[in-house]
Amino acid sequence: MAVTVLVIARSRNLFGVIVLGGLYSFLMATVLVAMDAVDVAMTEASVGAGISTVLLLGALYLCKSEETRPVQAPWLPLVVSLAVGAVLAYGTLGLPEFSDPKAPIHTHVVPRYLTELKQEVDVPNVVTAVLASYRGYDTLGETTVVFTAGAGVIALLRRRRKDRKP
Amino acid sequence: MTLAGTGMTLGGHFTYFITLFLMIAGLFIVIARGNLIKKLVGLSIFQTSVYLLYIAPGKLVGGTAPILSDAFTVYSNPLPHVLILTAIVVGVATLALGLALVVRIREAYGSIEEDEILSLDAAPSRAEQQE
Repeated sequence: MAVTVLVIARSRNLFGVIVLGGLYSFLMATVLVAMDAVDVAMTEASVGAGISTVLLLGALYLCKSEETRPVQAPWLPLVVSLAVGAVLAYGTLGLPEFSDPKAPIHTHVVPRYLTELKQEVDVPNVVTAVLASYRGYDTLGETTVVFTAGAGVIALLRRRRKDRKP
Repeated sequence: MTLAGTGMTLGGHFTYFITLFLMIAGLFIVIARGNLIKKLVGLSIFQTSVYLLYIAPGKLVGGTAPILSDAFTVYSNPLPHVLILTAIVVGVATLALGLALVVRIREAYGSIEEDEILSLDAAPSRAEQQE
């Protein structure tokens, strides 16, 4: 996965970048399966690797596919991103270790979901139950965001067609 | 656990370092590359690193996917999965909107390179000033 990312950063052929982006999404989905996040992995494989790639290729069809060389050497962005990374790395030192059952993430709300889900919702898949039932308003907000984005895309691309006609 | 605190292993924080690497790479692509489509790809790499940041702490070794069954007693944490499902869908919506903007910019300027667009923007204003 790291190699894929590095090639994406280096490569100038945008078609190759997009195909590698799809590959990267599939690798990420595999990692997510290993992390027991099966629902997320399915979504990532279909949305991240599928729809995103199609969208990017569609945009690429309308644009040109070669990236010009950058004018100056990218030292400043490199330094900035490495500095941000160093700060974040310092931050991770305070976080709990991987797979620590006593970490706050495992002790706060989740035990209630796991124990009382059967009586309250009676859907065996906890992720689905939480998504649709406990946090239903979140999901409603999410669909609102998707609707707004879709409306925005249509508004942007329809104006284009009107411009072309006259 | 502080920096000087002991008992912290490199293996225990390995997922964080992977996450950080992806995050730095995404940030670098967004800042350094002038091509707008490349920037969007970098943005989605940054996004996936955030997915990993949320999902990885929820994993318990020996646990299974959070689908209730009598056969298992240890489950991984389902709450990050829910949040990240939302994030993925919102992310693709953002990507679609960004690409639509890129297509519009391409039609208005004939280019999707940031520096070319900036110079095109600067040229008319300079001409106005000279007049």
